[in-house]
Amino acid sequence: MSFLAFRLRQMCAVMLVVVATTSLAGCGINNIPTYEEQAKAAWSQVLNQYQRRAELIPNLIETVKGFAAQEEKVLKEVVEARAKATSIQLPADILTNPQAFEQFQKAQSALSGALGRLIAVSERYPDLKSSQNFLTLQTQLEGTENRISVARRDYIQAVRLYNTELKTIPGRWWRSLMYPDSEPMERFTVEAEKTKVPEVKF
Amino acid sequence: MSQFSRRVRAEARPFFLLHMILLLILLLPGGELRAEPVFPALTGRVVDAANVLSAADEAEIAASLQAVEGRSTDQIVVVTVPSLQGYAIDDYGTRLGRHWGIGQKGKDNGVLLIVAPNERRVRIEVGYGLEGVLPDGLAGLIIQRRILPLFKKGDLVGGIKAGVADIKDALLGDAEAVKARSKKPEKEDIEAWLPLIFLAFWLVPFVYFISSLNRDRRVSGRVPGGVVIIPTSFGTAHDHWQGPGGFSRNSGGFGGGFSGGGGSFGGGGASGSW
Repeated sequence: MSFLAFRLRQMCAVMLVVVATTSLAGCGINNIPTYEEQAKAAWSQVLNQYQRRAELIPNLIETVKGFAAQEEKVLKEVVEARAKATSIQLPADILTNPQAFEQFQKAQSALSGALGRLIAVSERYPDLKSSQNFLTLQTQLEGTENRISVARRDYIQAVRLYNTELKTIPGRWWRSLMYPDSEPMERFTVEAEKTKVPEVKF
Repeated sequence: MSQFSRRVRAEARPFFLLHMILLLILLLPGGELRAEPVFPALTGRVVDAANVLSAADEAEIAASLQAVEGRSTDQIVVVTVPSLQGYAIDDYGTRLGRHWGIGQKGKDNGVLLIVAPNERRVRIEVGYGLEGVLPDGLAGLIIQRRILPLFKKGDLVGGIKAGVADIKDALLGDAEAVKARSKKPEKEDIEAWLPLIFLAFWLVPFVYFISSLNRDRRVSGRVPGGVVIIPTSFGTAHDHWQGPGGFSRNSGGFGGGFSGGGGSFGGGGASGSW
């Protein structure tokens, strides 16, 4: 039997190494940086889509002006909201800085509101509504709003995963052991979700 | 049963435990539950859950969609749903596209044409990778100019066919771009293979151990546990394992089995109502 016992011990050693290497990865030593990167990537996507919306607006303004120049107030509102939203300096730590995050969120939802009003006003101008240019812009705007909400949802999801990892057990240990600089990230609040642009209808 | 084999059984117990622990680690659910609408099953390239197409129409559309995938690897799926379950069609479409994983992994070149006859809504949902070829403006035009006029007359079948024809034209319009898309992605997704490598990593010493036991001690018959464990663990792991793009499906031989290639969607496309 001693030979068998020896074999067993040898195999145990091999298995231990296997278990140690695999379970280290399995126990989430890499989870915090992985989730952090995922959340950051999701955030870039959010910024990217907001940027895309901002780029659509000048064209939209021009088109609406051509048919409904008298709606000065609404047009001005959009222009101002856009200027405000694009001029915000995003600090590097925006994701872990509640004030900066909130400021960004407020500016974007103000722009959403202004855009919603512009689209609502356009409904009153049949010529504008049936113009090819406006139709295309409206579709693009609609698509962008949809992309924004998808990007925000993905970001919320990624942050939830990351924050949970920081707060729950193996992750908490790894954080204090190896990643003390990792801070929980900000999420979009429900309030901003409510002030989303009303659905654009044809 | 001899005394000897009982002893082998006793000594193999720690290994059995070890394997159970490893199995547990392997099978821990990676994803988490989300509030999602209930989606119809992906039964083919045409999923007519709202029953607006005849079998012949379905086959005709499916064949033309298959031809597109053969040329550019783009996956187009036509789906009719009896209900959007309270979701906006934009939201529903993106979730459905992701749920099914239409389009090739890494290329994200899937398109959904979604028709909700009861809500009178239609949407062309465009995967990330095709947003340049089929931009929102173009998708909107297809809906406004080609699909909706027919839908308004009550001709759902005609509208769907016209929409499919236009989407095809848009996707296959630029020969150079089609060529570029039909190429295989440059780097294989190694991560998708990790579970297999991992499995092999602990299977090899295990099998080696079993066989050495047999050889050294001439134990005839099965070693308890081992023979049972291997197929079970592999089978279960495989169920949870999402293979790399192009593994489950391949251009060419579709024997009726169609599945998404793992593409993703970011909310691109356009919607309309009639």
